[in-house]
Amino acid sequence: MKFKSLAIFLIISSFFLTCILSIWKIMATLQGLSFTNLNITPIFLIGILLSLAFVLIGNKINHLIKILLLSFIFSISYFYLNEASPYWYIFGVFLISLFFTNKLKRYSTQSLKEDFISEKIIFDFITLFGIVFFAFVILFPFYIMLVTSFKTQIALLVNPLDFSLDFTKSLTELFKSYFVIFETYNFGRYILISSAVSIGTVIVTLLFAIPAAYAVARLNFFGKNFLSTSILIIYMFPAIVLVIPLYTVFSQLGLRNSIFGLLIVYTATTLPVAIYMLQGYFKSIPKEIEDAGIMDGQNWFGIILKIIIPLSLPAIASVALYVFMIAWNEFLFSLMFLDSPKSFTLSRAIQYLSGDAETPRQYLMAGSVIVTVPVLLIFIYFEKYLVSGLTAGSVKE
Amino acid sequence: MSDSLSKLEKRTAYTLVLPAVLLVFAIVLFPIFANVWISFKDIELKDIRIPEPRAKKIVKSISEDQSELKIIYKLRNSSLIQEIRYVQFQDKFPTNVSPVNLDPRCDFQSKKIVCNFGNWHAKYKENFEITVVNNKGEIIDKKIIKSQKPILSGKADNPLLTTNFTLENFKKVFYENNFVELLLTTFYFTFFGTVGAIIFGILAAQLVNQNIQGRTYMRGILLFPYVGPVVALAYTWTLLLDPNSGTLNALLVNFNIIEQPINLLGQKYITMSILGFEFKLRLALTTVIFFEIWRYFPLAFLFILARLQAIPQSLYEAAEVDGASPIQKFIHITLPQITAIISILFMIRFIWNFNKFEDIFLLTGGASGTRTLPINVYQQGFAVSDIGMGSAVSIVIVMLLLSFMVIYFRLIGKRANEV
Repeated sequence: MKFKSLAIFLIISSFFLTCILSIWKIMATLQGLSFTNLNITPIFLIGILLSLAFVLIGNKINHLIKILLLSFIFSISYFYLNEASPYWYIFGVFLISLFFTNKLKRYSTQSLKEDFISEKIIFDFITLFGIVFFAFVILFPFYIMLVTSFKTQIALLVNPLDFSLDFTKSLTELFKSYFVIFETYNFGRYILISSAVSIGTVIVTLLFAIPAAYAVARLNFFGKNFLSTSILIIYMFPAIVLVIPLYTVFSQLGLRNSIFGLLIVYTATTLPVAIYMLQGYFKSIPKEIEDAGIMDGQNWFGIILKIIIPLSLPAIASVALYVFMIAWNEFLFSLMFLDSPKSFTLSRAIQYLSGDAETPRQYLMAGSVIVTVPVLLIFIYFEKYLVSGLTAGSVKE
Repeated sequence: MSDSLSKLEKRTAYTLVLPAVLLVFAIVLFPIFANVWISFKDIELKDIRIPEPRAKKIVKSISEDQSELKIIYKLRNSSLIQEIRYVQFQDKFPTNVSPVNLDPRCDFQSKKIVCNFGNWHAKYKENFEITVVNNKGEIIDKKIIKSQKPILSGKADNPLLTTNFTLENFKKVFYENNFVELLLTTFYFTFFGTVGAIIFGILAAQLVNQNIQGRTYMRGILLFPYVGPVVALAYTWTLLLDPNSGTLNALLVNFNIIEQPINLLGQKYITMSILGFEFKLRLALTTVIFFEIWRYFPLAFLFILARLQAIPQSLYEAAEVDGASPIQKFIHITLPQITAIISILFMIRFIWNFNKFEDIFLLTGGASGTRTLPINVYQQGFAVSDIGMGSAVSIVIVMLLLSFMVIYFRLIGKRANEV
């Protein structure tokens, strides 16, 4: 029993260590270091030795001294097993093994005798591995997007693995792609259009949605149930089936290539979600507060303006942010409706740039950074509101 | 008293609801019905404009002293398929300038020429000439004549509103469009994209739900792919996966994991052999499915996490006392608690993946075996410019969607209320 759990512990922990070190090596390779071998087997073996040493030493010496000592020995043996590598890389290896041995703290010859210890070991390390894995898989493309925008096409064709940034260059050199897309490709204008459309959509949507949501939440009228169920069904219907009729009608009305046309479509497609989210919140406001308002002789306009809106600001904020994000990220309608570069939104402009195979990739990525950064900043800053918005408006993209 | 109150309440409710309802009706519901109409028509992209009479004015001098000018109007019907009725033409001239030998269809009165051209059939073209002279023999300024634009008007049917219908589009959809292949691709994409997103969502939620440091940051980071703009993310992935200088292929070749770069987005099939069995994998489709999973597992994650956090801790403590292993706890406590939300997520994601257009369009454009039904709508309607056919495909999508929804509400609808 004890031997089996020890073996599992050694294999799993060493596997985890090998994974992190491989990711570290990949990241270092992308800084221009010329590694050509992941050396998985030797690292796995010395990882096993490291874990074994950790468990065998146990509590005989102070934990801090123990992990420092073990990590130091591990880093040195790693240095000799590996291809020639600079000191900063080995220092990274040292930090990783320090982190790793610290995580081993709860394991000792004693704890390996517990019930279900092998399952617990597997769960523990899978959790750790999962976090590293998910963080890496998610952040890696964003990282590549950012660094590519600072490189040049030629440098990347020569060595597609060298993403190191040359900080000795002047700032104008480094940010050249950004200057180019603003000066040559008019991105300043597209940022303005995208902001105008998104903010406009938020305002118009709220203007339509707040009264409608109030009516659905509070008032009795014929067709109310039908309305609230059809809201759910309507936003299941995809944009792609609306495209052809809207395109033909908008062509005849001359609404294509106009910001106004885009605004109407965005508002109409986000309205169901907005109403759905708001009416849920409005229902949670105690009715007595409104009754007091009615006593004071307020009409529905006054009630909405003076009671409902101030009380539901958090919900309105999350609806506004959510609608802003949908409108800012929207691509299908802007692809269909906008042909003239004069009226492009950011997403459409980037797609237009990519249509020309000659466009260097750093411009494309600089454009992508520009369209992504505002959304991510808003998301990070207002995460609390947005998460509640996302969960409520679950079904809409 | 209460009667009039409830009447007032109703009136108020309708005033509040109506603007939103009308807008949604015009932009969302009307097009769905309009698709039915268009799908039965033989109509192409170039036909959708209402036909209008057009004229191009050319001015030539025909006498030495420039007191006599010839004006040629190149007249045409803008439509290739429809006639314009009662075409009227009107052009103005400066004082003292008047036409000679005017066409019998026209009248000259007080500095104006007005013509009735009657009906113009489709593709109609005519070079219509007028000679004008200055009554006093002075020079006529060509620029003034040229800057005056003729006004034309006529009556034409809106090509969308005519009543000739055809079943041709649906025949083409089902028989000439590789329909079975199209449907299968759509289902592969939808099904595996949905299942993958949910599996990764469960894993991620399970991870974040544990007591780890920085779990709020982790939750934020996990949602990045979902909140980022699809255009930026799709192009970043295209760059990453590029066979010539993409980072992923370069890394794999560098570490000798593969010998030749793989064109992950441009190759339809790849032959794999597992345990001696050789089989063909839809490579580009698989890559697109993975992108889809990457982008949408955060939503599944968010929902499942919210559910996990609502499970009372006492359940786990009781299981601990009974000596349950971690796996037993997951199977007997966690899973039953999240099945309801998973079934809802499955249906929602299934419907949305079924309609996914942007992701595939930006990654492959529907090439290399990634043509799904929504991509087909775009290809038929805008690449081939056959609007009728595109609408017919849309109708097929709507029909399939409606049947999914019926199944959904039959099977899970009751459960949805419990969550």
